[in-house]
Amino acid sequence: MKLTGAQIIWETLLQQGATLVFGYPGGAILPAYDALYDYRDRIRHVLVRHEENAALAADSYARATGKVGVCMATSGPGATNLVTGLANAMMDSSPIVAITGQVSSNLVGTDAFQETDVTGVTIPVTKHNYLVTDVKELAQVLAEAFYIARSGRPGPVLIDICKDVQQQTVEYEPITSVKLKGYRAIKPMHKQNIPGLVTDAATLINAAKRPIILAGQGIKHGGAHGELCELINKAGIPVATTLLGIGVLSEDHPLNLRMMGMHGEAYVNMAIANADLLIALGMRFDDRVTGNLAQYAKNAKVIHVDIDAAEVGKNVPTDVGIVGNVKSVLQALIPQVANGSHKDWVGTINAWRDDTKSRDVLAQELPDNMLLAPHVIRGIWEATKGECTIATDVGQNQMWETQYFQHTRRNQLITSGGLGTMGFALPASIGAKLGRPDDEVWAVAGDGGFQMSIPELATLVQEKLNVKIAVINNHFLGMVRQWQDLIHNKRYSQTQMWTPNFQKLADAYGIKGLRATTQSEMRQIIAEARATDGPVLCEFVVEPEMNVFPMVMPGKALDEMTRRQPAALGTGMDAIK
Amino acid sequence: MLVDHAASGQTAQKHTLVALVENKPGVLNRVASLFRRRNFNIDSLAVGTTDDPKVSRMTIVVDASRTSAAMVERNLYKLVNVIDVQDVTHLPTVVRELALIKVRVENTQKRSEIKQLADMFESRVVDVKTDTLIIEMVGDEEKVDGILNVLNDYGILEVVRTGRVAMTRGAAHVVPDQDDVAFSSNGHSHP
Repeated sequence: MKLTGAQIIWETLLQQGATLVFGYPGGAILPAYDALYDYRDRIRHVLVRHEENAALAADSYARATGKVGVCMATSGPGATNLVTGLANAMMDSSPIVAITGQVSSNLVGTDAFQETDVTGVTIPVTKHNYLVTDVKELAQVLAEAFYIARSGRPGPVLIDICKDVQQQTVEYEPITSVKLKGYRAIKPMHKQNIPGLVTDAATLINAAKRPIILAGQGIKHGGAHGELCELINKAGIPVATTLLGIGVLSEDHPLNLRMMGMHGEAYVNMAIANADLLIALGMRFDDRVTGNLAQYAKNAKVIHVDIDAAEVGKNVPTDVGIVGNVKSVLQALIPQVANGSHKDWVGTINAWRDDTKSRDVLAQELPDNMLLAPHVIRGIWEATKGECTIATDVGQNQMWETQYFQHTRRNQLITSGGLGTMGFALPASIGAKLGRPDDEVWAVAGDGGFQMSIPELATLVQEKLNVKIAVINNHFLGMVRQWQDLIHNKRYSQTQMWTPNFQKLADAYGIKGLRATTQSEMRQIIAEARATDGPVLCEFVVEPEMNVFPMVMPGKALDEMTRRQPAALGTGMDAIK
Repeated sequence: MLVDHAASGQTAQKHTLVALVENKPGVLNRVASLFRRRNFNIDSLAVGTTDDPKVSRMTIVVDASRTSAAMVERNLYKLVNVIDVQDVTHLPTVVRELALIKVRVENTQKRSEIKQLADMFESRVVDVKTDTLIIEMVGDEEKVDGILNVLNDYGILEVVRTGRVAMTRGAAHVVPDQDDVAFSSNGHSHP
């Protein structure tokens, strides 16, 4: 079968089961878009309003479905606009394939119109990338890209395809296997005696008095939710999760302590600081979860299981490091782990947990006209009974979401962790809704992050996506203002923010816009938004200067947190600042 | 093969890594980009072809006092075009560097002095002009440092060094893993 390069792109996508593409056309990718016209019944293309959001939506789609997300852009500015989204996917190990047009191969290197060295630009933010100058290589490269993106530690792969390659014709055979000389999905350390190491790990676990599991996104990627649950039920070991590990274990499980780190609840970080054994599963000891490394879990031995050998021992020295798929490692480990309950240890943690409860902001008796961001998060949780997919932005809104939304469903939170990409929520909600069409999907953003991706409201409308948007408006770049408040002597440099009339904005896009300034209005508009068929933009005007606590200040040890006031000591603003 | 030297507690100031990489455009850029991005301190990097035209070989010298050689090795493995990496520091190895040294020659007497020195270091004179000599020196770094040291007195005009290349002695050799397998190209990852 003779096909053009452009047709080969779409044939390969169909073969890979990728029937959804987020993209934006332009000169160097025109032949691919021309061919798409003939595939429009089989492939859905979502026209975003900025290429960055194509990559972010593809990333979110991948997280929502477990499939590879695909995005497409033209050369030059189209491709460079993808960079933030690629970096986001790289940091959070999301499998995406990005296809960009490049100037014709005879023009490469001549500074032609809209030419950028995209493979050069994206080396540090992709798992791998390709420049295709020969149509005979195209099918093979596309197949390799999908395989590399989804296997091992997943990540973004970019394919830059010259315009003439898209136009040339070649004999096409579907690629059924790829053979990569250097690539191993998992590269175990040589001479690593996995059974022996698993036994070593079991020995440490069985001897530990105060063990804690640190569960990360690797559990999700490895599909090891069941094994994690089995392990903790058998051995009675409490679990703390990373931000991206939220959703690997239901948060109503009594042994799930919930999120650790800079804005983790105090009892979680105290548990880690006082543990005698850390069992790190599919996580990478990011600085936001360790605090000051020199003082991190000083009395703990460390077991670290990760699929990426370069993560083991990178930040925290390990006693037992195992490179492998966390699912198969846990399957080998569980039979060797003794039954246990760690009653005293869990009791100690639960006492700390009770203390945290006494400092709960939502336990405060506050007047109705005092609306806090945590009220909004809790309001969405109560209204949906936790049955929704939630895509957050970055900053205070994100941290409050982790604190006040109880995640009981698997992988229900989609958020930008490692890169902290503002503007993520709206494109992420688009990717999530397309990946989970039957799910209720909420985008939660601050007024800053939302203003970064407002243009995607048009995408939402054009694609008829029923997404509810909660803009938590404190008229500040809240998290930056918080740091200025706590660290820079309240010098609010460039963090105050004018916002447009969001109801009129919603009106301009032809969607419903609602606004709440009190707790009771908040509950009303959430109910109204949910009862509305179609997208709704809800603005919640909240207390402007509330801070997210607890907080591990930069340079401090994980358990040296700035805490909330106990409810008994403060009321009103005193309690939240 | 990825050997966990970090865990084995072996220490050496300079680690020598040998990497086999696919001979494709941009591979050196990927390796250099990795070193820069991870803030790895590299003393030298020598690249050349091998008996297989599809494979290039890199010899990388890592300053282990500042950079973990094991981390360099593990990160190199993550590059799709890197076929194999071996830390040969603790293996019996032949290590060589080539240097070309251009020395000032003031008069005939100095010329014969320099020639004698070159002979002592088992190096060769490869270019003779009225007022200069070029000496070709092959040896390990210490030996190259040694000749540079003594030639300094005569006035060195120009030096080029290739950086270290290394090969393990005997039958042991750096070869790609034999567990090459073909992977199914479609199907999805995890739910």
